[in-house]
Amino acid sequence: MAVLLLAEINDGVLAMDATAKTVTAAQKLGEVTLLCAGAKVADAAAEAAGIAGVAKVLVAEDALYGHRLAEPVSSLLAKLGADYDHIVAPATTDAKNILPRVAALLDVMILSDVTGVVDGDTFERPIYAGNAIQTVKSLDPKKVITFRTSTFDAAGTGGSAPVESVESAEDPALSEWVEDKVATSDRPELTSAGVVVSGGRGVGSQEDFALIEKLADKLGAAVGASRAAVDSGFAPNDWQVGQTGKVVAPELYVAVGISGAIQHLAGMKDSKVIVAINKDEEAPIFQVADFGLVADLFEAVPELIEKL
Amino acid sequence: MKVLVPVKRVIDYNVKVRVKADGTGVDLANVKMSMNPFDEIAVEEAIRLKEAGKADEVIAVSIGVKQAQETLRTALAMGADRAILIVAADDVHQDIEPLSVAKILKGVIEAEEPGLVIAGKQAIDNDMNATGQMLAALTGWAQATFANKLDIDGDSAVVTREVDGGLQTIKVKLPAIVTADLRLNEPRYASLPNIMKAKKKPLDEKTPADYGVDVTPRLQVVKTSEPETRQAGEMVGSVDELVAKLKEKGIV
Ligand SMILES: Cc1cc2nc3c(=O)[nH]c(=O)nc-3n(C[C@H](O)[C@H](O)[C@H](O)COP(=O)(O)OP(=O)(O)OC[C@H]3O[C@@H](n4cnc5c(N)ncnc54)[C@H](O)[C@@H]3O)c2cc1C
Repeated sequence: MAVLLLAEINDGVLAMDATAKTVTAAQKLGEVTLLCAGAKVADAAAEAAGIAGVAKVLVAEDALYGHRLAEPVSSLLAKLGADYDHIVAPATTDAKNILPRVAALLDVMILSDVTGVVDGDTFERPIYAGNAIQTVKSLDPKKVITFRTSTFDAAGTGGSAPVESVESAEDPALSEWVEDKVATSDRPELTSAGVVVSGGRGVGSQEDFALIEKLADKLGAAVGASRAAVDSGFAPNDWQVGQTGKVVAPELYVAVGISGAIQHLAGMKDSKVIVAINKDEEAPIFQVADFGLVADLFEAVPELIEKL
Repeated sequence: MKVLVPVKRVIDYNVKVRVKADGTGVDLANVKMSMNPFDEIAVEEAIRLKEAGKADEVIAVSIGVKQAQETLRTALAMGADRAILIVAADDVHQDIEPLSVAKILKGVIEAEEPGLVIAGKQAIDNDMNATGQMLAALTGWAQATFANKLDIDGDSAVVTREVDGGLQTIKVKLPAIVTADLRLNEPRYASLPNIMKAKKKPLDEKTPADYGVDVTPRLQVVKTSEPETRQAGEMVGSVDELVAKLKEKGIV
């Protein structure tokens, strides 16, 4: 069976980790062809061709795909998808925007955030904020899937797949890109980081969030946040970890001033080791923490930074 | 312009769900149900558009069991003008898939001809995050998902979206489908007088057959299981002890 995988590319740069993890998941289904779509994707395609296990790389280079607007990219995927049994992508915001549209164009259901492949038709996915795992068998002729990357290991490199250009599909001309507001940072990317330090409402202010960032830098970690911290303006929206933010599963997750609501746990409870620092010994976060410290974060975190 | 807002009745977000022992699903008998939180945000945004003179009428629509009319009454109490209930299931455990919901909504759109649809970005039960996008595909309309800010500007809408790297602003042609993210607004509470008034607002009842839609699922649920539980952890007494534990584990 043949699988078409939409590579994750932002501004011409291949998101290697997300794409390579999806290749691992997709290989369980059949021969994997990667699609690199964007305004300038030659470099990304060359890099993608090196992912081990990739059979072929298709390149759709066109200004039309520049900001990966849902309408033109889904038209392209639906057209190319005619030749494939599975159309897949990592469960990023980009793919969550595009793939359900592709599925409906093909009159099939979407399988979102898949965490396990049982066979070519049967998949596992979390529901109810990760409080239940559903195994579903698709009766559709084609499967359109987004994979939760945190549950798959990244495929290796060293491959040398052939790269081929494909023609653009028709432009539905329904939307246009206006502007991006992207925060740049030297820190590791949240969903692929080995260590994540997250702050919650307990941190109290945007200024004090610097303390969380300082601890993160000491550990070479990415910074995360709870919804309360984002809503209060302590941290930007793209740092949110949880049911409706990013899902992470690092080696070490440090939750500081976070109570541990169901919706937050949904995004981090598969981390290998969880550390919680909270002044309330009753906080639900302690029920999932491997190591819990009941303390005022303004005393414990500076001390931790000093002693690491 | 009319604004159509699909709302879903789901388990209340504060309830800790229980997986049924026989693996057939999650136990929804006698648990508190509420409007999906993202849909409250969608309703609020539609009402604000009406208050700003950019919409003339707000229509709330829900698909599911008969009891979803409570959810519609909540939308009416918040300020929606009228409601449509499509009874598509007789058991609360039967979740209608996004593809079927999108097909029914397309039927509603053909009948009502709204200029804008505002849906929630995902339902907190099936966590699909798909209905809005699927509806946009079926209608051939533009989509603006994960909206954090919405401005109607003549025959188009300027929408700022929450994306992985930060925020992205796009401009879509109307009619369009917008899906609400958490930070689009703060939904209002319905006041008691408005709850009373909502009881008198029109609520039509329909079936999927009225729109020629077959709601047979494409995804057959084989089983539902509990996620793996984590091993109980330990409490440490000091930062020194914490650092020692992490060193022991070899992670710092
Ligand atoms: C539809 C929906 C989706 C949601 N999605 C998400 C999501 O994706 N991610 C998410 O995180 N949340 C999400 N939420 C919100 C979630 O329900 C909680 O409200 C949120 O996670 C709480 O954040 P918090 O733990 O930072 O704040 P709180 O619950 O207020 O906890 C703050 C904690 O800080 C502690 N604290 C305070 N001061 C100190 C101090 N000096 N030292 C040490 N500890 C201190 C307190 O004891 C408390 O435990 C969602 C909610 C809804 C309804």
